[in-house]
Amino acid sequence: MAVPPEAAEQAAESHESAASAPKPHLKRDHVVIRFAGDSGDGMQLTGMQFTSESALAGNDIATLPDYPAEIRAPQGTLAGVSGFQLNFSSNEVFTPGDEPNVLVAMNPAALRTNVEDLQPNAVIIVDREAFNESNIKRAGYASNPLTDHSLDKFQVIEVDVSKLTSLAVHGLGLNNRAAFRCRNMFVLGMLSWLFQRPIDSTIVSLKNRFKKAPELIEANIRVLTAGYNYGETTEMFASSYEVPAARIAPGLYRNITGNSATALGFVAAAVKAGRPLFLGSYPITPASDILHDLSGYKNFPVYTFQAEDEIAGVCSAIGAAFGGAIAITTTSGPGMDLKAEAVGLAMKVELPIVITDVQRAGPSTGMPTKPEQADLLQSMYGRHGEAPVPIIAASTPADCFDCAYEAVRIAVKYMTPVILLTDGQLANGAEPWLLPDPEQLAPIKVEFATNPEGFLPYARDAETLSRPWAVPGTKGLEHRIGGLSGENLTGNVSHSPANNELMVRTRARKIAGIVREIPPTEVFGDAGGGDLVVLGWGSSFGPIREAVKHVRAKGKKVSHVHLRYLNPLPRDLGETLKRFKQVMVAEMNMGQLLKLIRAEYLIDAFGFNKIQGRPFKVSEMENRINRVLEG
Amino acid sequence: MATVLNRKDFVSDQEVRWCPGCGDYAILAAVQKTMPEFGIAPENTVFISGIGCSSRFPYYMNTYGFHTIHGRAPAIATGLKISRPDLDVWVVTGDGDGLSIGGNHLIHTLRRNVDIKILLFNNRIYGLTKGQYSPTSEVGKITKSTPAGSVDFPFNPITVALGTHGTFVARSIDIEQKHLGEMLKRAHAHRGTSFIEILQNCSIFNEGAFNDVTDKALKADHQLVLEHGKPLIFGKNRDMGIRMNGMRPEAVRLSATVTEKDLVVHDETNLSLAFMLGHFEPPLPTPVGVFYAVSQPTYDGAVNQQLADAKAKQGAGDLKELLSKGDTWTVN
Ligand SMILES: Cc1ncc(C[n+]2csc(CCOP(=O)(O)OP(=O)(O)O)c2C)c(N)n1
Ligand code: SF4
Ligand SMILES: [Mg+2]
Repeated sequence: MAVPPEAAEQAAESHESAASAPKPHLKRDHVVIRFAGDSGDGMQLTGMQFTSESALAGNDIATLPDYPAEIRAPQGTLAGVSGFQLNFSSNEVFTPGDEPNVLVAMNPAALRTNVEDLQPNAVIIVDREAFNESNIKRAGYASNPLTDHSLDKFQVIEVDVSKLTSLAVHGLGLNNRAAFRCRNMFVLGMLSWLFQRPIDSTIVSLKNRFKKAPELIEANIRVLTAGYNYGETTEMFASSYEVPAARIAPGLYRNITGNSATALGFVAAAVKAGRPLFLGSYPITPASDILHDLSGYKNFPVYTFQAEDEIAGVCSAIGAAFGGAIAITTTSGPGMDLKAEAVGLAMKVELPIVITDVQRAGPSTGMPTKPEQADLLQSMYGRHGEAPVPIIAASTPADCFDCAYEAVRIAVKYMTPVILLTDGQLANGAEPWLLPDPEQLAPIKVEFATNPEGFLPYARDAETLSRPWAVPGTKGLEHRIGGLSGENLTGNVSHSPANNELMVRTRARKIAGIVREIPPTEVFGDAGGGDLVVLGWGSSFGPIREAVKHVRAKGKKVSHVHLRYLNPLPRDLGETLKRFKQVMVAEMNMGQLLKLIRAEYLIDAFGFNKIQGRPFKVSEMENRINRVLEG
Repeated sequence: MATVLNRKDFVSDQEVRWCPGCGDYAILAAVQKTMPEFGIAPENTVFISGIGCSSRFPYYMNTYGFHTIHGRAPAIATGLKISRPDLDVWVVTGDGDGLSIGGNHLIHTLRRNVDIKILLFNNRIYGLTKGQYSPTSEVGKITKSTPAGSVDFPFNPITVALGTHGTFVARSIDIEQKHLGEMLKRAHAHRGTSFIEILQNCSIFNEGAFNDVTDKALKADHQLVLEHGKPLIFGKNRDMGIRMNGMRPEAVRLSATVTEKDLVVHDETNLSLAFMLGHFEPPLPTPVGVFYAVSQPTYDGAVNQQLADAKAKQGAGDLKELLSKGDTWTVN
């Protein structure tokens, strides 16, 4: 479905009556909008505000910002373009959308960097005045795209945003620069009208945002309202659109990014465990927002320690865990490399920490703001010696909450480091989150050892093989732990060959035993088997699920299995996969889960891989599935 | 503290395994002898170390102990101390552990003034890995990895610590039990990061490295014992002193014309003086004692204060409220 052709038809039909009679609403089941402009144009704010309006209107939504790597690239350049994409729908939404139906381009550079992603007949809304000679040149266009017919396959709506904005703020005494910065509110007002979104919630949030500068509240509200009214009166929009509310589970919702959800998951886990949360971290894109969020939750209590490097980040967490805190560290790929030795130590001494890796496109510095899923094998094997560590991966922004919580639960129950994998897509992407009831969250039991009688630091729980958590300050339990090979039960330094093997195997059994925590594998589609199952993990959930839905709607016997637990793997995974004629593992790497699956189950699975720092498109996934089915 | 502690309360059941003649034995003895005087129960004391001969230390203390990974003990101790300010946290490290691989953590811990006590055993060699030169080895040092002599310029732990504006910086010597005990007490009494460089003899790979300050016949002429408020005097007959010649310190013999009044008086709160003394090299004597000690807010104290303030202002965190922060909406 595309907005434009109907819009054009409608415009033709209702031309005469447009001025007086109210404009018609056209129903649409989903729309993908991308806001793009210079990084100073406020496109993120505009996008987020439009998202809030859409959420309040009852749509299901998914969003994804696209930040430039440079903080403030020169104005008007391609490198300086910042984008925000929103998919809002009257159905369940799984991805921020493949190809936008609507593009807002605040300048030629924003147009140029985004136009290729658009649906063939998309609506493009531009600020006409920004398409001046110098901006056109800076964007690398040889001629003005608004007049050279290169956009003929789109419906281009040229609006004098800058001029209308400065008219709206006339008399408020704003300087040119401040007035110019209100342009985004004009666009927001216009789109709010176009999609029939009430602007009240935006007005409230503007009042909050500019509490300290009342003149800006007034200016922004005036511009917003002017934009809305412009939509109503201009002849350029013949109709408005309505994307009806989606049928989603009842309850209280908020919009949440993956990083914020991760932070909240950790706080929730610490609260439920009745222990302080300690984060040791070194800033790195795209993980830093977890540090930022957590540093605002001090009263819980949450300790945040911005360490001198990633090694100190994880080490400080280990120290805090030794002392009995719920201890975590957060990072992205390059930081994971640095933390490896310390994670091995935590594994050996058996202290609970959670290492969050917000994966980004590598290798090396790679594309820091872009997502990838290429740290799975590193998480599995990236330590010297036999050093197994449980791995959990989140599949949607809101799922980050559950996974962070679960990672802590497993860590303290099994006295082990746990790696939590998210990625840049989840970190910055957002979706509505049905707020969990804290009462209903799985219990996290922390019981410190207190009884000196017969105390042995490496005695084990019969079921979980977990050792006691004996924290300093406890009389009679003084003991020493360390990285050297330790004697069974006492942990005393031992170089006995047999003891070493016993300990290596015991720890491996402990980690393997976590399988008892994993619920039976859910098959979306045909539990009994079928022609093809697409196996995924992490943020590829959205495109896989949506593509599988599409092909199933056409009667294809295709199913989807998505993993949250990557180490250990679910007990029933092998037999589940074997029920399908073909197993395709779709992941944003060169085939890392694929290797594990093939090695573990001797299944002739094959991969669908993308390493572009971009998520799979639904259409790509669908095409691939169809090709596989055709053989 | 109600119960009286003694040395035995701090001795673990583990067999001590350093080489015969290793200076680490003497340091262990001094620590075990001094700890009871602090009146802190063993269960509230934690020793954290990195890797190296010196870093075996925690195994021999009947306290909580953590033998971690190479160079990282200060970072682990920082995490523990921030979240458990009630504990008495000590770090044991070596010249390789603390100044080479772990130099970054050492300087940042000192800079932050985390309330932990750092004992750096400086034997000017890598002991555990069997004798390579270290960042404190002298230029020209012949070791297994430098058969033609080391061409690295060393740095010295005291000036490194002072460079971070560490708030307590001292030096002592393994076999100077009384002095070492005094330094441990001073370090323990200090709030903030206490740093003691302990000159330690490695009898296997660097025997006699500190002979001039440990040999009975030589030491009086080569040790300059720093005492706050007292003139810098040294020598067997206490007739040598340190005087400023313009901007340069020089050793002078006391006489009718050169009296104590001409000598520099030690002031532990003077960072410039501390730096100058830190740079002393032969033929000037080797200073031991407290170079610098000032009172400054601790990192862990400030962090915990912020948490307490947040709680006082916002109340104890409420999870339900936190989860539903921001724009929410209800779907019916
Ligand atoms: C990551 C890492 N690199 C290297 C080593 C090998 N190693 C162990 S101790 C050491 C040097 C120790 O020297 P120092 O800190 O001076 O301690 P000493 O043995 O002299 O007390 C080295 C290089 C290691 N254990 N870990
Ligand atoms: S090698 Fe040197 S430092 Fe290590 S135990 Fe032996 S004497 Fe001590
Ligand atoms: Mg050494």
